[in-house]
Amino acid sequence: MFPKPIERSAPWVAPLYKVLVPIALFIWLLPLIGVAVTSVRPAGDLAAGNYFGIPSGFAGQENYTAVFRDSPIGHYILNSFKITIPTVIGAVALSCLTGFALAIYRFRANMLLFFVFVAGNFVPFQILMVPVRDFTLHLGLYDTVLGLVLFHTAFQTGFCTLFMRNFIAALPFALIESARVEGVSEWKIFRHIVLPLMRPAIAALAVLIFTFVWNDYFWATVLVQGEHAMPVTAGLYSLNGQWVAAWHLVSAGSIVAALPPVIMFFLMQRHFIAGLTLGATKG
Amino acid sequence: MRMKTALLGLALGVSVSTLAFAGQITINTDASDPAPKKAFEELVADFQKANPDVTVKVNTFDHEGYKGAIRNFLTADAPDVVNWYAGNRMAPFVKAGLFEDVTDLWAKEGLNDQLKSAASSMTIDGKKWGVPYTYYQWGIYYRKDIFAANGITPPKTWDELKAASAKLKAAGVTPFAIGTKALWPTGGWFDYMNLRVNGYEFHMDLTSGKVPYTDPRVKAVFDKWAELVKPGYFLENHAAIDWQDAVPAFVQGKAAMYLMGNFAVAAFKSGGLKDDQIGFLQFPSITAGLPMAEDAPTDTVHIPAKAKNKDDARKFLAFIASAGAQTKMNATLGQLPVNNKAEKPSDVFLDQGFAMLSNAYGLAQFYDRDAPAEMAKAGMEGFQEFMVKPDNQAAILERLEKTRAKVYK
Amino acid sequence: MTHASAISRSAKRGLKSRVLAPWVFLAPGLIFFTIYVLIPIIRSIWIGFFDWDGLGEMKWIGLANYVELASDESFYVSLKNNLAWLILYLLAIPAGLAIALFLNQTIPGIRIYKSLFFFPFVISQVVVGLVFSWFYAPDFGLLPALIKTLTGANIAILADEHYATYGIIAAGLWPQIAYCMILYLTGLNAINPEQIEAGRMDNAKGLKMLWYIVIPQLGPATFIALVVTVIGSLRSFDLVSIMTSGGPYGSTRVLSYFMYEQALSEYGYRMGYGAAIAVVLFAIMMVFISLFIVRMLSEQRRA
Repeated sequence: MFPKPIERSAPWVAPLYKVLVPIALFIWLLPLIGVAVTSVRPAGDLAAGNYFGIPSGFAGQENYTAVFRDSPIGHYILNSFKITIPTVIGAVALSCLTGFALAIYRFRANMLLFFVFVAGNFVPFQILMVPVRDFTLHLGLYDTVLGLVLFHTAFQTGFCTLFMRNFIAALPFALIESARVEGVSEWKIFRHIVLPLMRPAIAALAVLIFTFVWNDYFWATVLVQGEHAMPVTAGLYSLNGQWVAAWHLVSAGSIVAALPPVIMFFLMQRHFIAGLTLGATKG
Repeated sequence: MRMKTALLGLALGVSVSTLAFAGQITINTDASDPAPKKAFEELVADFQKANPDVTVKVNTFDHEGYKGAIRNFLTADAPDVVNWYAGNRMAPFVKAGLFEDVTDLWAKEGLNDQLKSAASSMTIDGKKWGVPYTYYQWGIYYRKDIFAANGITPPKTWDELKAASAKLKAAGVTPFAIGTKALWPTGGWFDYMNLRVNGYEFHMDLTSGKVPYTDPRVKAVFDKWAELVKPGYFLENHAAIDWQDAVPAFVQGKAAMYLMGNFAVAAFKSGGLKDDQIGFLQFPSITAGLPMAEDAPTDTVHIPAKAKNKDDARKFLAFIASAGAQTKMNATLGQLPVNNKAEKPSDVFLDQGFAMLSNAYGLAQFYDRDAPAEMAKAGMEGFQEFMVKPDNQAAILERLEKTRAKVYK
Repeated sequence: MTHASAISRSAKRGLKSRVLAPWVFLAPGLIFFTIYVLIPIIRSIWIGFFDWDGLGEMKWIGLANYVELASDESFYVSLKNNLAWLILYLLAIPAGLAIALFLNQTIPGIRIYKSLFFFPFVISQVVVGLVFSWFYAPDFGLLPALIKTLTGANIAILADEHYATYGIIAAGLWPQIAYCMILYLTGLNAINPEQIEAGRMDNAKGLKMLWYIVIPQLGPATFIALVVTVIGSLRSFDLVSIMTSGGPYGSTRVLSYFMYEQALSEYGYRMGYGAAIAVVLFAIMMVFISLFIVRMLSEQRRA
């Protein structure tokens, strides 16, 4: 293990370390802690210039109620779910298929297609912006949840394919060979042999895509305008325009918007990290 | 399979919701601030009372975001009524065929007479493209109590303004509050400096691209302006804050004057100032003998060319143009009705504003409404830079001239 | 009829289906991807040759958009800022490694500490942008208050053209460092303990051990960190849009934001010009994407 475990260091190191870690964490999260504290500050504190001190009272309930009551943030959050969940299902489903195809079969275009998916996943959004917006307009899906879902599904398929293909390629190929010898059809091999083994990959991708899509801001501003289809990221930004100088509300809104992916992360931490770090260990 | 049906369901849900029902109109508005929002809600409620067969759906956008959004929804999913602004600001949409010609409505409802004062700013190519419902004055709001404490009388000339500023600065009070993060507050300053130094005609020529920004007369404007910028008479760090963020400085007495539109009074009062603490003064004269023109932006409603229910949209426009609706709406807004049969709210600031505007030599809409969008953006960025770095004046003006050559070709 | 021929027949059938099968599996994903990613790239390049406001007729103007770009000051400001983003973003890699090394211990509760350190990455950039806008706000932000007590100077980071871009980059680094940290924590877990022990035998210590034994083993993690950091730095749209909208006076523009501003914002609707900017950004990104693919290709060959 590197660096040297503290148990094997001088006796004063371990207690020092145990003190240092929480202090470092506090500094690291300082901006966020500031926002969390501000979100429960009574409005009067801000007017009186009490920005950093102990809040004069606990106004968490008032502030958060105000956020939900006086703004459409609840509606925005619902939209975010409506956008995120179908995208996760769509992108994961499509990439199970594409990943399987690229991992199992040898054919001439295989490598090329794989790299197309990989490269497509990295292109700047701006090169897609004008045509995708146009296309969505023509479909009549501009300013709809479906318009965003279709685009996100297609775009995330690139990353998901990269992920799935590498995952499936690492499965024991002998399983598939023996099934073929027994005359099992290709679809059944996929459905009954490979798919059950892909569960961890599906879980990892699902949490990752959930977070990516939930946090998307650019496409929400390009493909959606009105309140009715706006996800919480873009919604929060427009609320910021209304809540100028009302930082206790902005803070509460920010916390609310950040919560779902954070909960997702803590519930599915193992999968999340496994997904993000795929390839970080093997050359 | 399940996903497919889910998608199908979604698709169906979407197509149903975008279908326009007869008797339904959708209004997209930027009335997101408290007072405009309330005024608009009341207006819609009254309209529905008068037209029970029409249902109204209102989409509210935040004020800054709306300016970008409108271009999108006019082309894509057009509502039936939209908020916008008079003058050059509506020209691109008119030219692109995105606004409905409502000349017929003006004739039918007798608006040519009732809305006479704003008729010219609603006319392009001899046709009317929308209906104005409110306007308001710009000017310098000042703290009466602070002026009195420092023995300052409201300045009428440039020298008096400078003297007052110097006195305030010496007393530890920043003369002018301002927040330029959203850029447009700089436009108010430029408008007034130019209107007072060079006059109305020159200002209109400049905003319509007929005069180069490198003209010595434009330089003269910036030289005068620098007399306030260089001594640090504006709130520090103004580029980091919005106009609302600068209000506390005015309320707390850290700054004593604020060049703003009349809508700011509501923010001053909700910050805790009393009527007798706030004074209003017309922007002082600079070039002696020049007739005084003012900024008085007019807010309007329009029917998009691609609207689905233009008949009921026309009813709504007729309603908002009427004296009754404008009386009530402007009472809530605290602004001036355009309809000359409407009653203006009794308010000390509006009375002063109305008197000032009635005697004005000419009315400008505002820099970002009079100049085309691309020019306005570059211009206000330049103004902001100038207010932070007055020494860059020459470079800024050259850059603006380059933009002018590109924009008005 | 022998048993053997039956097998070969089924094998043949299998072979035939195995030629077709990959395309059947690929079809849905590939169609989606083609419509929403591949075709738009080509169309953007095409639109870059037109003068188009997105409403009326498209007018062919050849390379005029690129010629204009070459003399557009805002373009160079954006390019310069993109470069600053790229270089400073790379700091996320050593910083992430440093935090990973710091946290790679076993004390009670260390897992929770690690998750909390990773936390900023999970949050939307919109929230990160708002959090840092507040953190930097003059008069009532935490950072200016700290600076003021330390030096007495009153700085508005996001209003000062010298600091604004760096202020935004710092905000962007926060989640990016967290990402690199988690990559390295995973990488450190997989390090071969025997080599470390062997190094200790040879009296290698501290930095020397890190440089000669640990970092080489972290190669894959470093590579991924490099890729995501470079791509992330060039995608810097969200934070610029939220924290400054490109201001003060356009000094924090980056190509991605400049493109949006020209093509779709309040003051512009120049789709052709925007597309041309996007093409430049795409070309820059393609350099890095190609490097990535070349490396993956050589890896595949080795495998």
